[in-house]
Formats: sequence, C-alpha cells, structure tokens
Amino acid sequence: MLGLNKKDLGVLLLVALLAMAAPILLNPFPADSGMAQFNAGYPDLMQRFVIFGIFAIGYNILFGLTGYLSFGHAAFLGVGSYSAVWMMKLLSMNVIPAILLSVIVAGLFSVVIGYVSLRRSGIYFSILTLAFAQMSFNLAYSVLTPITNGETGLQISLSDPRILDGANAPSYPNLFGAQMNSAATIDVGSWSFTFSVGYYLCALLMLVAFYISIRIFRSPFGLMLRAVKSNQQRMNYTGLNTKPYTLAAFVISGMYAGLAGGLLAAMDPLAGAERMQWTASGEVVLMTILGGAGTLLGPVLGAGFIKYFENIFSKINDNVLHGWFSFMPDGIEDFIITIIHPFVGKGWHLTLGLLFMLVVIFLPGGLVEGGQRIGRLFRRKKADTNTPDGTKTPAE
Amino acid sequence: MNILEVKNVNKRFGGLQALGNVNLNVAENTVHAIIGPNGAGKSTLLNCLVGKLIPDTGSVMFDGRSVLGRKPYEINQMGISRVFQTPEIFGDLSVQENMLIPCFAKRDGAFALNGYGSVGSQRDVIDKAEEMLVEMKLADKRHMHAASMSRGDKRRLEIAMCLAQDPRLLLLDEPTAGMARADTNNTIDLLKQIKEERDITIAIIEHDMHVVFSLAERITVLAQGTPLVEDTPDNIKGHPKVREAYLGESQDAA
Ligand SMILES: Nc1ncnc2c1ncn2[C@@H]1O[C@H](COP(=O)(O)OP(=O)(O)OP(=O)(O)O)[C@@H](O)[C@H]1O
Ligand SMILES: [Mg+2]
Repeated sequence: MLGLNKKDLGVLLLVALLAMAAPILLNPFPADSGMAQFNAGYPDLMQRFVIFGIFAIGYNILFGLTGYLSFGHAAFLGVGSYSAVWMMKLLSMNVIPAILLSVIVAGLFSVVIGYVSLRRSGIYFSILTLAFAQMSFNLAYSVLTPITNGETGLQISLSDPRILDGANAPSYPNLFGAQMNSAATIDVGSWSFTFSVGYYLCALLMLVAFYISIRIFRSPFGLMLRAVKSNQQRMNYTGLNTKPYTLAAFVISGMYAGLAGGLLAAMDPLAGAERMQWTASGEVVLMTILGGAGTLLGPVLGAGFIKYFENIFSKINDNVLHGWFSFMPDGIEDFIITIIHPFVGKGWHLTLGLLFMLVVIFLPGGLVEGGQRIGRLFRRKKADTNTPDGTKTPAE
Repeated sequence: MNILEVKNVNKRFGGLQALGNVNLNVAENTVHAIIGPNGAGKSTLLNCLVGKLIPDTGSVMFDGRSVLGRKPYEINQMGISRVFQTPEIFGDLSVQENMLIPCFAKRDGAFALNGYGSVGSQRDVIDKAEEMLVEMKLADKRHMHAASMSRGDKRRLEIAMCLAQDPRLLLLDEPTAGMARADTNNTIDLLKQIKEERDITIAIIEHDMHVVFSLAERITVLAQGTPLVEDTPDNIKGHPKVREAYLGESQDAA
C-alpha cells in the first residue's frame, strides 16, 4: 500500500498513530498532580516536537544518506520563517501561501549555498555551510533590517496590507478560517487533554514529510545517496556524476528546513534572526545523531527527545527537588539536591551533553540502535524459553 | 581496428618525467598487457586514460573520440571501465546493492532524480544485477556487507560491477596483486571466460608474468615512463632489452 513494503508501512502507521494520539499520550499525569509538570501534551510543545521532527527528517536525507555534515541548516529554517511572516503580512493570514513560499524560498536559497559549499567535501564543506549560515544570521541582524526588522524580529501588525484577506478575515494565522491557536480541551476525570488546530496541521505535514522521506530512502535516488557516502571515487568511475546527487539531497533537506521554519511562523507569527544562529544548526545535528543518523525513525525520536529535555527538564528547579526529596532527613536532602542541582533546571544542557556522549560512545546508531538491541534481547529470551521464531530482523 | 590510441603523451610531476612520449595502440577485442618495473608509469598512464590525470601534452583517442578534458564519469559512460589496484567498492552497502548501482548507471545515465519508485520495483535492473551475481558466483553472498568480504571476492565484485556496464574497454590495474596462487589462477580463468563470452577489449597492468603470458595477445613494456618495446608474448620473452630491463628476475620468481 502507498508504494511501501510491509515493514515501512508499519513504521509509517505507527508514527501516524502516535502523532494523532499525542495530545493524550503525552499527558499521562492528572492535571493537578505533582507530576503534571512532566506532561508534554500542550499544543505549543507538541508543535515543536513535530516541527523539529520535520527539520531533522529533512536533515537526515542529507547527513544520514550522503554523510555531508552541514552546520548551516538553521539558515534555511530562518529563511522559511521570514518568508512565511512576509506572506502573512502581504497576502493573507491563511497559512497555505505562507508555508508554500517558505518551502520555495528555502529551496532557492539552498540551491545557491549548496552549489558553492558542495565544491568541497568533509570538514571544508561543514565550515563553508557554517560560514554561510553565520553570514545570513549577521545580515538578518544588521544590513537586511528593512526585510528582517533586525533585533526586534519580524512581526505582523494591523496595518499590514494582506491584499487577499477581506475585512472580516481572522487576524491570526489560520487555515481557511480555522485559527492555529484555537483548541478544544476535554477533561476526563482529573486528566485534561488539549486538541489544537495548529498541532494537527503540523502533525499532518510531518506525516507527509516522513512518508516522502521513506520513499526517498527506498528509491534508486536514495541508493545513489548512500553510494555517495560509501565511495565517491567508485561512483565517478561507474559513470555517475556525484555533484547533482549531493546538490539534490542538499536542496531537499533545505526545503524540509524551510517547511519547518514556515510552520514555526504559522504557529506563532514572528521571525527572529536567532533562529539562524549556529547553535540552532548544531541542534538539528544533535537530534539526528542522537536519534540515529541514516535511519528512518531516528531523527523523529531525536527531535522529540531534545525538545522534551529543553522544555521539561529545564523546569525542574530547586523547589521541585525539595518537594521530591522532602521525605529525607534535612542534611541528606540538601546534599542530594546540591548534587542534582547542576544537572536540572538551567543545567539541562549538561545532562543532555552527557547523554549525547553516552549515545555516541556506546550506541553509534543512536536511540534507534538502542531500541533494536532491546528488541533483540526480548526476542532472544522468547526464543530461549519457547518459540523457535527468534531470528526475525527487528523493525527499524 | 584500434579502439584506443595514445599519441605522444607526456606527464611530469614536478621534476619527475612520469610519462615521456608514450605511444600505445590497443586493437579492438584483444587482451593487451602493460608491464614494467615499479615506478615505470603504468598506473599514471591508466590515470590519463580515465580522466583522473590530464596529460601535459599528447592525445588519447577512444573509439575515434578524444577523452582529454572529460570528467571520469563521462569517460566511463563512453565505454571505459576501470578496476583499481586496491578494490574500490561500496563497502557500506550489500553485495546486491553494489551490483545494482552500475546497472542503474547504465540504464539512467550519469544522473537521474529517480526518487519515487522503490528500488525493488525496477525489475529490469534487479534482474540484470542478479544475472551478473550468478555469473560471477557471488549470488550466495548477495546480502553480505561488501566490506566484510575477502579480498578475492571484493576484486571479483569490482570486476562484476565493471562488466555489468557492458564496457567496450576494461582496464585492470594489477588484478592479482597480493593474491594467493589459487586465487590468481581463478582470476586468470575468470578473465579468459569473460574474453570468450563477450566483445570486449582488455588492457591489463600486471607484475605476475604467469598471468601476463596466460592472457595477453600483445605486450607493451614500459620503463621510466617510455615504451621500450611492443610485441607478441613469444617475442617479448626472448627480447634481450626486456630481459635486461625487467624480466630477468621476475621470470625466476614465476
Ligand atoms: N600524483 C603523483 N604525484 C607525484 N608523483 C607521482 C604521482 N603519481 C605517480 N607519481 C610518480 O610517478 C612515477 C610513476 O608512478 P606509477 O604509479 O605510474 O608507477 P607504476 O608503474 O604504476 O608502479 P607500480 O608497479 O609500483 O604500481 C613514480 O615515480 C611515482 O612516484
Ligand atoms: Mg601502479
């Protein structure tokens, strides 16, 4: 079905199911319980999960398949956001033209940057992409202020022309009238679940993006991209021109980044230069490697993992810790909290960094490899106890 | 008819004259060996044929067309395939995927944005790759990681990948270097069989005289970047200049 084999279809359906049920699955704790702060099922955060999922899925097509490590993909994210906001200022608050333009502009932008950067490979390619992204960041901050509104960031305002919108059109990003921030909250007992238009639009686009990435992975084009990573010399002497292959992968991943940037702006109509900074480029590299570069699911997992950390782990402050460890004698309680303190709250980067190191050292295939190992362990146990069917390959 | 004509090719590396006035004609559908001591310029000559190096002067014509100034992938698409001194394969891919790539290159050309259909749905390419795997006795290894094969199998895979493109000229750079005697003999049989079964010209660089005299119809001896003689194997064996420059010790070893 859908041109996918059984295994890939299974993965796609699983992701679809998780994405659709996320508002419920991510809110496992009752709203008034002490654990409620670990609930991630609110629209703003869920949107970030899937938007950065799109960003990482696209980045994985370049880095995971061809091995070209770009340190500048945030530039395309930023360009996507600026384009989307401009579209909402000039044309319409409907997000469709905004998202379309962000993909197109990011695509064009990545043709130029890709064409120049791909003249080199390895570390020189990485440095070139980094230089381009920092250049874009600085331009957005200074010279291009008329377009980017510099430090303040580009915002919508009531005086914008919006030539396609009528007098009664919504003044917030919307999809044919349905506003991105409109949501329905359903209470079940002491649990509370929020379903928002914005999240479901992002989730649907993420599924489309994921589906396209599966098709690319399984296509002859995807095979060629993996060949680029493996041995460019052999490719050249097999009659294959590697340049357009790498450029195509670069542009596709740039368009994914543009889509992600456009969606960020569609959910919250403003765009700032900091979106293009090198830390943002580094983040998508981390997501992809942490989840598992070159695997289908890895980037999605990595994006979710890092965004969860950034938003949830960072909220654990000393008060929360005192609440948790209050059952202990005072001296020990303070001691334990002193030890944990640097790793939580503002120190969440430290924990993430340690986790990242552990994954790179012990699980070079990322979280996906971790999952596969656990899966294999279970299968082997099962095979040992009763069934002989322990040899099936684990799902990706 | 000559399929390959090399005229007055010179190549310098700084102060070193790696190739000096090289002339070489390879007749269609023959096996032509290029021999010579280490550093004679054999690999350099091959590099000039496939676009890896550009000669300082001279001309290289393949099938009546100049190869000079063309990129390696263009020269390959003209019909020249090369097997390297150390096997160049796609180590990260499976043996079957390795085989598929030249088949796609032959069908779709140097670049195709073929991102929609799955690899598995391209029956013609899958069948062609399978045919080659069977012919080269690699079929039982099709799901193996190419990097984990033995050196002999890697070399065989590389030859298979080149043959899958139906090249008109196959260039082999020391295909038996570092091989055990048994593997060397297998390679000789394989190359003989390839030559019998298809219209192909083979140019082979080789140090092992046993291989050279088993396969070659003509031999060019290169020394210090210049062709010393070109003749049939029988005449080369007895040629005093060749014995002096090169053969003496090698024949004892073989
Ligand atoms: N890229 C290069 N730059 C500088 N010098 C080179 C280069 N390639 C080859 N040479 C030199 O040119 C000479 C010829 O080298 P070449 O590799 O063609 O010899 P060969 O006949 O293939 O030898 P072997 O039998 O050892 O493979 C050698 O002296 C080598 O050091
Ligand atoms: Mg050599």
